[in-house]
Amino acid sequence: MTVSTLLSLLSAGAVGAAAGYVGSLMVLRRMALVGDALSHVALPGLAVGLLLGFSPVLGAFAFVLVAAVLTWAIERAAGLPVEGIVGVLFVLALAVGLLLTPNPDLLEALFGDLAAVSLATTAVTVVVAAAILLLLRRLYPKIVLTVISPDLAASAGVATSLVSLLYLALVSATVAMAIQVSGTLLAGALVIVPAVSAKLVGPSLRAFSGLSLGFGVVTATGGVGLALGLNVPPGPVVVLLGVGVFLAALAWRGLRGTAPTRRADPGAADGPGRRPGPRS
Amino acid sequence: MSPSQTPAPPAPRPVGAPAILTVTDLTVRRGARLLLDRVTFTVPQGTLLAIVGPNGAGKTTLLRALLGSQEHEGEVRWSGSVRVGYVPQKLVDTDIPLTVEEFLAMKCPGAYGTCLATVGLDPRLLDETIGTLSGGELQRVLIAWAIVDDPQVLLFDEPTSNVDLGSEEVILETLHEVQRRTRVTLLLVTHDLHAVHHFADRVLALDGRVLYDGSPGGLLEDPELVRRVFGTTHPAHRHDGVEEASR
Repeated sequence: MTVSTLLSLLSAGAVGAAAGYVGSLMVLRRMALVGDALSHVALPGLAVGLLLGFSPVLGAFAFVLVAAVLTWAIERAAGLPVEGIVGVLFVLALAVGLLLTPNPDLLEALFGDLAAVSLATTAVTVVVAAAILLLLRRLYPKIVLTVISPDLAASAGVATSLVSLLYLALVSATVAMAIQVSGTLLAGALVIVPAVSAKLVGPSLRAFSGLSLGFGVVTATGGVGLALGLNVPPGPVVVLLGVGVFLAALAWRGLRGTAPTRRADPGAADGPGRRPGPRS
Repeated sequence: MSPSQTPAPPAPRPVGAPAILTVTDLTVRRGARLLLDRVTFTVPQGTLLAIVGPNGAGKTTLLRALLGSQEHEGEVRWSGSVRVGYVPQKLVDTDIPLTVEEFLAMKCPGAYGTCLATVGLDPRLLDETIGTLSGGELQRVLIAWAIVDDPQVLLFDEPTSNVDLGSEEVILETLHEVQRRTRVTLLLVTHDLHAVHHFADRVLALDGRVLYDGSPGGLLEDPELVRRVFGTTHPAHRHDGVEEASR
């Protein structure tokens, strides 16, 4: 194994871990498709980086972060659902990105390229991924509380709006890194597919988030390793491997029986009884 | 509690207790609509205050303003730095692989054993995910969550609105027992005349503004006010002989 291959796999593993962990919360927040759309928003950022001669990943991060903050601000100001706002930003960014990106670099931007990763970029990727994991570990319970009940979270002293903004910033950094592995078209898959697979088999929050992180590592390193061996862009291989993990998780769930359902209260054998008084 | 059992006697009414909450001219607007209009009241420490009113009266909005999660005008003043526990009407999303143990540990890691006993929950439920609990079990888990860090004030938003009749009795008894044992101040949003009649020290009736602030007896003796607040003027007798309003 060459040093270059080793660095590529290391980068992929770090990105996969961060994407899997971040993705587990995106799935819980029912924002899976938002993660996918945000990855497309990175395209004009990549293009600006390529055109002006600075790191395309940095450009991608800046654009995704601006899109995430805009989404957060518009949601608060206009009360529009996040997926609607991201939908508008997504098509705008994709259109601008396709116009701006130089043709020779377009395929690489769309489908990823880890063939020429350096020691410095690998080190930065690993450090940023570790920072994302540590920060998110602290935010995780707060975000879960805001998912199950924003009022409950507020009563526990969670600054729900600030936590949401911080989380979007972490999503932006993760998506910008994932673009190296899967490209802008398929980076969302690295965030979504491992988490969806983990939700099928994780019996608790700890197991779910851990499995999501693990599936992310397996999908990213496995996909990049196979792509390097086959000399093809890594994005499609990562996605195919991720979907393979998803199908395996689906089969596992099928073998264990149907999804758990809500029990009835002991006194509800004939349907939920109600005190015969006024109700909302 | 079985229907044949008599409810536990109400806790001694707090006499001359200092105010733990003072609300002055609380006003909440949504666009041009006035949800709460200059609501003013005080809550003495140790009181069980029932907050009643028709749908859209602003009861939940009031609780959210007290929690600080609702923008408002006017003043909400808690006495000192009180810990407030809160039980929402329902959870927004329970399709999460979150076990009861993980949920309680988010607020108070490792210190929830006593709470489970207080709310009458089987410790075997700790490994269950919240999405698989029955309505009554989930509501008791939420009560355990609210009391786990020994709060001075508990806010309950219709804690029995999503459970069957049997569990409703158990939950009301549980709340009453918690309040009786700990002398916690309890603000209970309810549509339930039974709860008001048996458990409340005081009633605050809302319909955007304060309609009534006084004893439960005073409210129940005013048929016009009862009709306005509960949508009925005809008391009925329940199976256990408790006077109850019918639709």
